[in-house]
Amino acid sequence: MTQTYTAQDLKSSVEVKWCAGCGDHAVLNALQKAMPQCGIPIENIVVVSGIGCSSRLPYYMNTYGMHTIHGRASAIASGVKSANPQLSVWQITGDGDCLAIGGNHFIHAVRRNIDINIILFNNEIYGLTKGQYSPTTKRGQVTKTSPMGTIETPFNPGELTIGCRGTFFARAIDNNIQLCTDVMIQAQNHKGTSVVEVLQNCVIFNNGAHEYYTNRNEKEDRQVILEHGKAMVFGKEKNKGIVLKGMELQVVTIGKDGITEADILIHDAHNQNPTIHNMLVSMKGPDFPIALGVIRDVTEPTYDDALIEQIETARNTSHIHCMDELFSSGEIWEIK
Amino acid sequence: MTQLQKQIINLNNVTIRFTGDSGDGMQLVGTLFSDTSALFGNDVSTFPDYPSEIRAPQGTVAGVSGFQVHIGHNKIHTPGDYCDVLVAMNPAALKANLKWAKRGATIIVDADTFDDKHLQKAGYVTNPLTDNSLQPYNLICAPISSQTHACLSDTQLDNKSIMRCKNMFALGITYSLFNRPFEHTFTYFEEKFAKYPALIEANKKVLREGYIFAENTHAMPSASIEPAKIEKGKYRNMNGNTAVAWGLMAAAEKSQLPLFLGSYPITPATDILQELAKHKNLGVKTFQAEDEIAGICTAIGAAYAGNLAVTTTSGPGLALKTEAIGLACMMEIPIVIVNVQRGGPSTGLPTKTEQADLMQAIYGRNGEAPCIVIAATTPSDCFYYAYIAAKLTLEHMTPVILLTDGFLANGSQPWKVITMNELPPITPRLQTQKLSEHTPFMRNDDTLARNWVIPGTPELMHRIGSLEKDFVTGQASHVPENHHKMVTLRKEKVEKVVRVIPPLHTEGEEYGDLLVVGWGGTYGHLLSAVQELLLEGKHIALAQFNYIYPLPANTKEVFKRYKKILVCELNLGQFANYLRIECQEFSYLQYNKVQGLPFTVEEIKRECLKHL
Repeated sequence: MTQTYTAQDLKSSVEVKWCAGCGDHAVLNALQKAMPQCGIPIENIVVVSGIGCSSRLPYYMNTYGMHTIHGRASAIASGVKSANPQLSVWQITGDGDCLAIGGNHFIHAVRRNIDINIILFNNEIYGLTKGQYSPTTKRGQVTKTSPMGTIETPFNPGELTIGCRGTFFARAIDNNIQLCTDVMIQAQNHKGTSVVEVLQNCVIFNNGAHEYYTNRNEKEDRQVILEHGKAMVFGKEKNKGIVLKGMELQVVTIGKDGITEADILIHDAHNQNPTIHNMLVSMKGPDFPIALGVIRDVTEPTYDDALIEQIETARNTSHIHCMDELFSSGEIWEIK
Repeated sequence: MTQLQKQIINLNNVTIRFTGDSGDGMQLVGTLFSDTSALFGNDVSTFPDYPSEIRAPQGTVAGVSGFQVHIGHNKIHTPGDYCDVLVAMNPAALKANLKWAKRGATIIVDADTFDDKHLQKAGYVTNPLTDNSLQPYNLICAPISSQTHACLSDTQLDNKSIMRCKNMFALGITYSLFNRPFEHTFTYFEEKFAKYPALIEANKKVLREGYIFAENTHAMPSASIEPAKIEKGKYRNMNGNTAVAWGLMAAAEKSQLPLFLGSYPITPATDILQELAKHKNLGVKTFQAEDEIAGICTAIGAAYAGNLAVTTTSGPGLALKTEAIGLACMMEIPIVIVNVQRGGPSTGLPTKTEQADLMQAIYGRNGEAPCIVIAATTPSDCFYYAYIAAKLTLEHMTPVILLTDGFLANGSQPWKVITMNELPPITPRLQTQKLSEHTPFMRNDDTLARNWVIPGTPELMHRIGSLEKDFVTGQASHVPENHHKMVTLRKEKVEKVVRVIPPLHTEGEEYGDLLVVGWGGTYGHLLSAVQELLLEGKHIALAQFNYIYPLPANTKEVFKRYKKILVCELNLGQFANYLRIECQEFSYLQYNKVQGLPFTVEEIKRECLKHL
């Protein structure tokens, strides 16, 4: 680390232009809090975005950054990381940018396990184009382009990530900055593609999309914040827990029906087997709390490491080290 | 025939066309013949002509694959219009290719395949070997299949493996006709089949048998092409795609930047990706992306991060990359886009050549998004123009589109081995120190190119993006006057490149009746036609364009010197129309062909004569 810096140093001179009350402000704050704790020199940070409200974020960061074109940030970020693996590359994207127009690039970035951090702002709506449904909009929801309700089944970003053989998936909510910051730090520390879904509120076009889970009075009963190695306990009285019954997860109450703390599942984010992780990302109300925190964090070879390794191997084993040697290698004839 | 006496006739140049089923190994025998000839010291030029299906139904005309090679004692510029020797491994190959044989050409057929079943598949009603239709030709009926079988019957090879050697019998016949040595081909067998010694021996044996068959039957006097009188020096064979790959690698070494290629496989550009993937020892990074868009977008990311970034594609892929090229223009980052043109529109004729992406390259983007556009003219100068494309983008900080085509990509030519110090310097506009407040967007007054500050550089953190940016600060700006200024600036930046590109030169008479104008890969055919007409005393010249946008500064000066201008191109007149916009004071005649094939020298001559 060349120099330490603070969240304040990460603020650029550009005025932040998101709507008042937009969840994006909180995520920006969380990111600016997280980065100084990751031990990366400030000049080695690159923030890449596509198009959409959240994709304006790079302009507000005093780092290297690129605000690019719709859907392509995963590919551009992959290029940055491949070109210089020393860089810490962050992709800022929304549910439309990442999962609709950019879906192809997203799934392949995750499959390659290239070491970038993808912060997915999920507000379940198109904000910048003013209120059309997105690939995560709940089925049946009325929007400007679905006046009778959508007839599409939404993606669950966690299931999609795990389906692409993703090695890291975390979920947070915009109104819990501490949790956002924590999972961002863990995302940076993970080698490979890290996907962080932030449930983010669009105050104008989809206000309250996540209200069921964020409701001040009910949230303890409706959220379970997972930590590796700890029991999946939640609830206002910390007496609820998740157990595995047969092939299914189940919510139980400690002290009821003979359930003790010892029966509650211990979260193993490092388990290669994605079965439980898949069940955890799919949990939803009213039967289940929503799972937050780092749900999956496993080690697999990364694209960028393998790329460098192959180049090193080729350099060490080849007898050709420059163009002049290449020019005069192989079959050549001379005209005298 | 009492005594076999080998009579050698010296010929100036010969064109041979190898044709057969796409599984018959015709590309291989064509390549072996041309490499052997090049090593022998001939000038060579080749042209593969293959179907887009990997294995179309056997024995049908649709499944015929061909490889034409032109070898010469003198400098040659084309793979030849029509062939002197046609090798046809089955009736379908004969049917599809007879139109390319000169009258009187030698036709070598595998007589064993001319049975009812194969004749019917090829659509022959009567057997051309016996119905006298081949009377104008010198026909050699060789029992290639049965002889191959006979000479390998005592080996352990199964029937399928034996039949796969029959292409070598045909090659052996041509080696006899043109007095070629075996060494190169034998070495090839030894390397290719190192793990299967039986196959090395089998192929050598069949090659020799073919040679002996031709000698024994004495079907045609053996012809010898003496080594060519070409410039002294060391040479190697190079096709256009390999040349592009090597030119880019040379530019990376010269500019001391890592080379990054983001690409998606597409015919006929894939070989550039495959070639570059082989050179990790030189630090080359190849990223096989999930689609064409990701191909260019990974390259844009790599360019931002300080690599020499390239994407390679063909027409449909260029269409998909359109929006991202606009992004590269807007962010003013260096990137080379190589478009190996093929027959279009849509999927079109994937394996055939065409020049119909010119307008797409010059204008095909939303908004005012100018790019430097250049074109290579021969398989071997693909090296130089790929190098120059990289030089221009790194020094001018704007995307460069390099146009080649299927003909250049797959055609091969001797390439004179150079050393790196013969290549012009490349000076990327890297900035590593803080100079003043808004340094990342400082421009060179001469070129208007902005500074290139790459991530990892302390104190120069900055954001770039797809939104219009302020001229001074580089921050996003919607100010009307600023947008006008920036749009103009990006265009001027490209136009200022005119000062570093060489003047247009002509070949032929300095003043005259007719100026033939071409661009890109038609050079060899146009030059051959013009040279022949000059020998006939015509006042004619050729101006072949490598630099399309901007055009060379002296273009109008050159045009003024001729009474008529004939623009020849493999499309419906895109360059002619572009010249009508850029150089309005002239009138342009057009000769256009859109058949997926190169011009023939003969048709160009015929067209020129109409205007002389």
